[in-house]
Amino acid sequence: METQLGKDTIRKEAKDKVTGAAQYTNDLTDSPMLYARLFTSVHAHAQIISVDTREASAMPGVRAVITAKDHQVICGSMLQDRPPLARDKVRYYGEPIAIVIADDEMQAKAAAGKILVEYKPLPVVNSVKEAFKKNPVIIHDSLMLYTKSTKEVYPVKGTNICHHQKIRKGDMQKGWLESEIVVEGSFSLPQSDHAAMETRAVHCMIMPDDSVRIKTSSQSPYEVKESISKYLNIPEGKIVVQVPFVGGAFGGKACIQPEVLAVIAAMSVKGKWINLANTREEDMVTSPCHLGLEGTIRIGAKKSGQIMAAEMTFQIDTGAYSDISPKITKAIAAECAGPYRIPNIECDCYSVYTNHPYITSFRGFGHEAHTFCLERMMDKLAVETGVDPFQLRLLNLVKAGDLTPTQVKVTASNTGNAVECLERLKAIMNWEEGARIIEENGLVRAKGISCLIKTSDTPTDAGASAVLTFNTDGSVNLDCGATEIGPGMKTTAAQILAEKMRINVNDVYVKLDVNTQSTPYLWKTVASMTTYLVGRAILNAADDAISQLMNLASIALRCPTEELDFENKMIFVKHDPELYIMFKDLVKGYKFSNGNSFKGPVIGRGSYVMGNLTPLAEASGRGTPGRSWTVGAQAVEIEYDTRLHTYRLLKAATVIDAGKVINPKTARGVVMGGMCMGLGLGTSEDFVYNEDGIVEDTSFRTYKMIRYGENPEYVVDFVETPQIDAPYGARGIAEHGIIGIPAALANAISLAAHIDVNRLPITPEFIWRERLKR
Amino acid sequence: MHLSGNSIIVLNVNGEDKTVMVKPAYTLLHVLREELSLTGAKSGCENGDCGACTVLVDDMPVKSCLMLAVEAVGHRITTVEGLKNAPIQDAFIKNWGFQCGYCTSGFLMVCHALAMHKPDADDPIIEEWLQSNLCRCTGYEEIENAVKSILSGNYK
Repeated sequence: METQLGKDTIRKEAKDKVTGAAQYTNDLTDSPMLYARLFTSVHAHAQIISVDTREASAMPGVRAVITAKDHQVICGSMLQDRPPLARDKVRYYGEPIAIVIADDEMQAKAAAGKILVEYKPLPVVNSVKEAFKKNPVIIHDSLMLYTKSTKEVYPVKGTNICHHQKIRKGDMQKGWLESEIVVEGSFSLPQSDHAAMETRAVHCMIMPDDSVRIKTSSQSPYEVKESISKYLNIPEGKIVVQVPFVGGAFGGKACIQPEVLAVIAAMSVKGKWINLANTREEDMVTSPCHLGLEGTIRIGAKKSGQIMAAEMTFQIDTGAYSDISPKITKAIAAECAGPYRIPNIECDCYSVYTNHPYITSFRGFGHEAHTFCLERMMDKLAVETGVDPFQLRLLNLVKAGDLTPTQVKVTASNTGNAVECLERLKAIMNWEEGARIIEENGLVRAKGISCLIKTSDTPTDAGASAVLTFNTDGSVNLDCGATEIGPGMKTTAAQILAEKMRINVNDVYVKLDVNTQSTPYLWKTVASMTTYLVGRAILNAADDAISQLMNLASIALRCPTEELDFENKMIFVKHDPELYIMFKDLVKGYKFSNGNSFKGPVIGRGSYVMGNLTPLAEASGRGTPGRSWTVGAQAVEIEYDTRLHTYRLLKAATVIDAGKVINPKTARGVVMGGMCMGLGLGTSEDFVYNEDGIVEDTSFRTYKMIRYGENPEYVVDFVETPQIDAPYGARGIAEHGIIGIPAALANAISLAAHIDVNRLPITPEFIWRERLKR
Repeated sequence: MHLSGNSIIVLNVNGEDKTVMVKPAYTLLHVLREELSLTGAKSGCENGDCGACTVLVDDMPVKSCLMLAVEAVGHRITTVEGLKNAPIQDAFIKNWGFQCGYCTSGFLMVCHALAMHKPDADDPIIEEWLQSNLCRCTGYEEIENAVKSILSGNYK
């Protein structure tokens, strides 16, 4: 049987997606349907004096208008700090205050416009710096009283800090004493947005028996169920969450936000489907966005470039509510050293409330941000020591036996081969010709590099399960909890199953949507962990099914199971392959020639939990945040116009240790997509606030992403050092393309324009201003 | 005919005449999706910025969120559901031209029209046409490969 791995299997839903047949949440026709619209805050920080909904309620077609008065729900996945509809005060521009439900969209919108809110504006905390200063304006007076959903969140009394994560490794005094050179830098990254093409959308109905039906565009259907149950005190079994195709997510659909609003809205119009879909503007600011970050790093090294100590402070612009920010903060702290061996580390990471839109997970889970700071520092250290940037990185890369910042021992299996990634990148980028070249036309061609590392930062009990059933032709149906958000995980899952069952991938039929009532559990489709988590569950399910089939075949063929083998939907006697029985004659149990039947239909069950993880200790950060790390190296080459300070993206390259590439074209695609998104962050994407904390670029006309033709040539290469405990050795790779790209771009531009790029995005105007400072 | 401010209009969609009752403010996108259940065209921004709602009107790409349904009367409208095994559909599959698929209908329509009107389009022309649409999943290379595979003599 030919292997099903390393093959460009076309994704299972390909035809659906090129014909318009693929249905996303808002394509589902649940009729009759009512429409919900939000009324949102026009202030970033203000007391709510009154909310007058009388006129809105009297508008044509209006069924209900809901405010914080109508419920007592408080949300928060780690720290319960967020009323889904603002109560007493608003803490960010775009925060929902009321929901209007009407017979059609236009009526709902018209009525929302009639809600009258009287505000008393409060001083706005418009940056992390303002939030962090002495005697700041406090955004959450009751910070210490909030219910914690996890032990791993450490708010600081009397401040805007909702979480403080510390890393203390080695002996700082010793580290500084051993250092001959010290470099220091401060960095600033703005908040930005996921900008998935599909805005978040939810359909919800409360049934006559008070059970709740939810259809949503989510990466976390099971967490939607669990959270709604907890927040609204509804038995979990009464909540059914369905997720059809998801139109892009990038971490932004892992949070539980529109679903709570939709359930509250549906409760006021029981027995009717309601539709709550974000406008693009709401999707950008009302729903959570991508973090902002301020970072300061001090690195001590020997003259040779060997790093001896690092002191780091990162302040995460969390926005108005904590959501998952404490976990991102933890992840940044846990991987603060990047893929480098730093024996002595002191790192303080803070989740800081501001009056900005609140943040949630985003592709890279914070690594794209702290990597920018760290990799800029590597280039600064290269300049300071006179060591070539490639050589400097090679010298400091982690190797088996080293300890991570959280003091986990590095092995080839858990971390892969960063050295090989970097060596290959060097050749791809033709580093020997130089990193800054003045071309005949006067333009400057420059290259910048960055390394990357990321682990899963999952809860210690992140689990998955899978169920296999069979068709009477012997083909297999696969059901697992992964939502199809784009990277083709359902097809990857099918390839893993086909390989294990030694059948063709075309004989695997995958259930593409998720229904929490019937689909076996998966923690969430996040953290680049689906291949690993679901893959392990599938391998177990396949083992279970195979063992049942072998037992049946053993009876049918009158032969002990150890003398049997299987391939291509057939079980045969090893020493006499002409004695065989097909899967199809076993999948419903075995029927003897006289009609008697034995055993029922075969169902393969598999589950898996990510074992051996531990929380990080509060004082030292010691602990195991993931099973493995994915490492890689990236580069960006640009062409810079010294007169206009504009630049063109020529090339972006990534070499990742993928462990095992299951679907090469798909793998290349997700890495290129990550790079493209990283180039967006690098060149143009940011939230711009006015002095009152109002986000000014809430549409795609003003919030600029990479468009066709602006992208560079991409080079993607994979090293394959197997991760022993992963399905066929495959490591997570879905997020990683983004991580080092902003840093590599900044390094290229710093070199090209002779400036010190310490923030994003890098606009021509920024370059011009920096040059004026010289 | 007017009924409480609504009008009954006939739209020619994918070769068939469809009678629909519309409010004057209804966009073509709204009518295609909500009244005719043709949900292939997607709403991404309702502002003409993302192109996910692109359909063809008399074979030219139009952002259906920016056109009123009443303006489309008397014109031929083609949606992704009206592409019957067009080469661009296969080209997108073979070249991994999509991931989440949400922008795909719009890109398909633009590429299909480009191949019809400018079969020999060079890079600047392709860029001019395709910059109208946004994709957040791919890095555009796959879309470039897909569209180029059907241009310049390859369009069969």
